Amino acid sequence: MNISRRHLMILLPAAAVAWKHVLAGTPEDSPNYRMSEHWWGMLIDIPKCIGCGNCVRACQTENDVPDGFFRTWVERYHRSDIHLESPEVISPDGGKEGFPVVRAGEEGKFFFVPKMCNHCADSPCTQVCPVGATFITPDGVVLIDQKYCLGCAYCVQACPYGCRYIHPTKKVADKCTLCYHRITKGLTTACCEACPTGARQLADLKNPNDPIHEFLKTHTVQVLKPQMATGAKAFYNRLDGSVR
Amino acid sequence: MSGLKDAGHLFRFAGLFVLAFLVFLVVRSYVVPKTFGQYGHYRGASIGEIASRPIKFAGHQTCETCHTDISDIKTKGAHAHVNCEACHGALAAHADDPTTVTPVKPDTAVLCAQCHAASAAKPKDFPQVDPADHAGGVPCETCHNPHSPVVGSDSGASAGSDSSASAGAGSSAKTAKGGAK
Repeated sequence: MNISRRHLMILLPAAAVAWKHVLAGTPEDSPNYRMSEHWWGMLIDIPKCIGCGNCVRACQTENDVPDGFFRTWVERYHRSDIHLESPEVISPDGGKEGFPVVRAGEEGKFFFVPKMCNHCADSPCTQVCPVGATFITPDGVVLIDQKYCLGCAYCVQACPYGCRYIHPTKKVADKCTLCYHRITKGLTTACCEACPTGARQLADLKNPNDPIHEFLKTHTVQVLKPQMATGAKAFYNRLDGSVR
Repeated sequence: MSGLKDAGHLFRFAGLFVLAFLVFLVVRSYVVPKTFGQYGHYRGASIGEIASRPIKFAGHQTCETCHTDISDIKTKGAHAHVNCEACHGALAAHADDPTTVTPVKPDTAVLCAQCHAASAAKPKDFPQVDPADHAGGVPCETCHNPHSPVVGSDSGASAGSDSSASAGAGSSAKTAKGGAK
């Protein structure tokens, strides 16, 4: 084969770029898991949530979340019939040990809203990171590279949902990973595994057989703060208008 | 060329810039991780690091490979949709080493109330009782089989002789069916 000098000058940089990718190897541990085949989200069915706090406890166990910090938490809303725009929201210790009893006949509407990272497709948190320590994976999970994080907390401020915190001992940003170490092994997340009523369901939006597609078509589903156009992928069924 | 005759100092200076740029490139190649930029503006290898963390909840599929007797009872009962580790806690360690790591049996007097204690904030179709009024401190499993909690369902609870308890269970049985659909 006769390669002219001109062709060699074109081929060399192309080969260099290709070789860089060969050297990089593949980060996927699970042999059957292909990042390109998934786009993860979460379905949260508010009428099913009983506020037991199982998800909060399971998350803490699975992910070694320090006391007083939450990757997921449950809020109880009390939307008064008089003050529709200003609900009373409580979340004692993230709802980890449940909620105070409400007697029958109390005025207004009570309901539980589990909160977690929305794994936004266009997340503000990943856009503000100055060092590329937080990012969305090709399968749609917002993760933090804790070896790279400086702990500047810019992302903590940027998250419109308050889902991030600075880890008290590691001094780096921390948040829900959507149990990435579980979902890449074919398991569901710890919170979904522990939820006794099925109020939380892991959803793979790229899987055509996932029940999420039928659910989204047939139910009144909303995301939090849609006006911020974050591309949130935590879908709330029957979300009350007072939830912020 | 006469214009460049006295320009040697400029070339020397430009040479310094080129040298500094080369040093920058060499240092950068050592400092920036190999996988940075593999998928985007981040370290690609960190995805694998996060994915390789150990699990603590084994998942109900793992439990059911051994405990088929329990899963057979559970699938017919009102708790069919409740995963094992929702009540028994994270037990991947037990799944890895079933002989040395043995789970502690949950106390039903405490455990059941976490979900079933009555509160007007809970959904109306969810079976709820006032634990003190309903059982008076008697552990729930005295009457209810936790794996198939409706009294009188085929799995059979251990007792159920107490009339008030069975009456309460009867009323909750109706709501349990409503909640399970």
